[in-house]
Amino acid sequence: MKRRTTLDSNPGAKLIDAFLPASAAGIFELLSPVAPGWGATLLVGLLHSLEIAIGATCLGLLIGTAGAFGKLYGGPVTRDLLAVYTTVVRAVPELVLILLLYYAGTDLINQVLAAMGYSRVDISGLAAGIFVLGFVQGAYSTEVIRGAILAIPQGQIEAARAYGMPPGLMLRRITIPAMLPFAIPGLANLWLIATKDTALLAVVGFFELTLATRQAAGVTKAYLLFYVAAGVLYLAVTLFSNLIIGRVEAWSRRGMPSVKEAR
Amino acid sequence: MPAEATAINMAARASIWLKPHRIVLILIALALVLCAAFFMRWDWLPQYWEMGLMGIWRALWILAVTCALGFALAVPLGLAQAGGPIWFSAPAKVFCTVIRGTPLLLQLWLLYYGLGSIFPQYPWIRESWLWPYLRQAWPYAVVALTFSFAGYEGEVMRGAFAGVPRGQLEAARAFGMSRWKIFRRIWLPQAFYRALPTLTGETVLQLKSTPLVATISVIDIFAVSSKVRQDTYLTYEPLLLLALIYMTITGILVFVFSRIEARIPVKIG
Repeated sequence: MKRRTTLDSNPGAKLIDAFLPASAAGIFELLSPVAPGWGATLLVGLLHSLEIAIGATCLGLLIGTAGAFGKLYGGPVTRDLLAVYTTVVRAVPELVLILLLYYAGTDLINQVLAAMGYSRVDISGLAAGIFVLGFVQGAYSTEVIRGAILAIPQGQIEAARAYGMPPGLMLRRITIPAMLPFAIPGLANLWLIATKDTALLAVVGFFELTLATRQAAGVTKAYLLFYVAAGVLYLAVTLFSNLIIGRVEAWSRRGMPSVKEAR
Repeated sequence: MPAEATAINMAARASIWLKPHRIVLILIALALVLCAAFFMRWDWLPQYWEMGLMGIWRALWILAVTCALGFALAVPLGLAQAGGPIWFSAPAKVFCTVIRGTPLLLQLWLLYYGLGSIFPQYPWIRESWLWPYLRQAWPYAVVALTFSFAGYEGEVMRGAFAGVPRGQLEAARAFGMSRWKIFRRIWLPQAFYRALPTLTGETVLQLKSTPLVATISVIDIFAVSSKVRQDTYLTYEPLLLLALIYMTITGILVFVFSRIEARIPVKIG
């Protein structure tokens, strides 16, 4: 801030000033992974974000598969309860759900532990974050997977039943491979949403990329620099995921006639 | 007779929907609600309801403004990507990718803390008529949410513009319509009808993003519930009521949009 008086006439210098206020350190020094720089902090935050996103997506897939089968083949009570679950979770903001589940979940576990005679435990932020986001993702993936199963030609499932396949084998050999091409675009979208929803955990104080950025920016006062850097990291994750998703989608469609040629 | 007929019709529909297990489930839900009403603490409500109404009003206001502005921005973004020359389509694509590839919370904080820390360094900004607004939080919230809506909806509009059959546009040109008239009378309306079903979902998603503005000190309904939690040390009651409020607003939005969609001609060329 002291330099401002001398550089007032030069707008370019002031823009650099905005990125690096009040410190003699350059951009690369601030972002360097070694001690005075904050690069390592950001990378650790990114790692935590990815851990939570992967965990939440896996948990969401489990809930989603179970939920989709419950909705399609379950009894009337199961179906109605699942309808309530997907409707409520998709109608309430993720931020509110995260707060609610974060407090309710940790409270519930501690009460159960107390009732069973154990002492209270501190639930790790990682486990709580995975549980909360996975619960939210589960509702969305239930709908995606349900739609994908409905898109399978029914004859395939009937043929599997006619062969006398037990349900587990049918799931593994017929239903999952046949539904994948329909489910992967939706599930890929959910993965991208999961990577971005991890940022919401910053509000409950979990140390992930956005909170790491906020801390780094707050200490160094180089707000713009660190927020842009974090944006670049998130964007890199998204673009890299898109590459992988394209490969996986092509793999899941192997052997199917191309839609483009049919036109 | 018609009144009687509708009554019979409704009764028939109700009997299809109200099966025995549903009645049991509804009774259980009612019991849970009554338990919540009697065993939880709600004595803070009279003190805060006025503030809560203001918060709901502010959230709805932000939702309406950002959706309208965002859609207005999404039309040129979609148009540029669907049929524009490369120096229009490339920046539009970059904008959509960046907005959709980074979390809204980060964009919000980037604008509020990042730009907010730059502006005061320029004397001419501090002296301009914009400064009283730039010192407040809500312009940053509106800009961030507008960009977010425009980024997602721009991608939808790209698909919608590209999906209008070529024959329609060729026929319009054969009629001798000017380019602007083709856009106004043929291309935009047909693209809009195509995009309408996704517009419901996008608006609900936008509603669910509004609580983020509370993190940059805009007092919406989420911020009010946080204040209640801080003041009364209650964890669940304000959050449960907040979830109920959002569910109600979502329900109303979905209902209104389904009514609008029912008025639109279904047949798409």
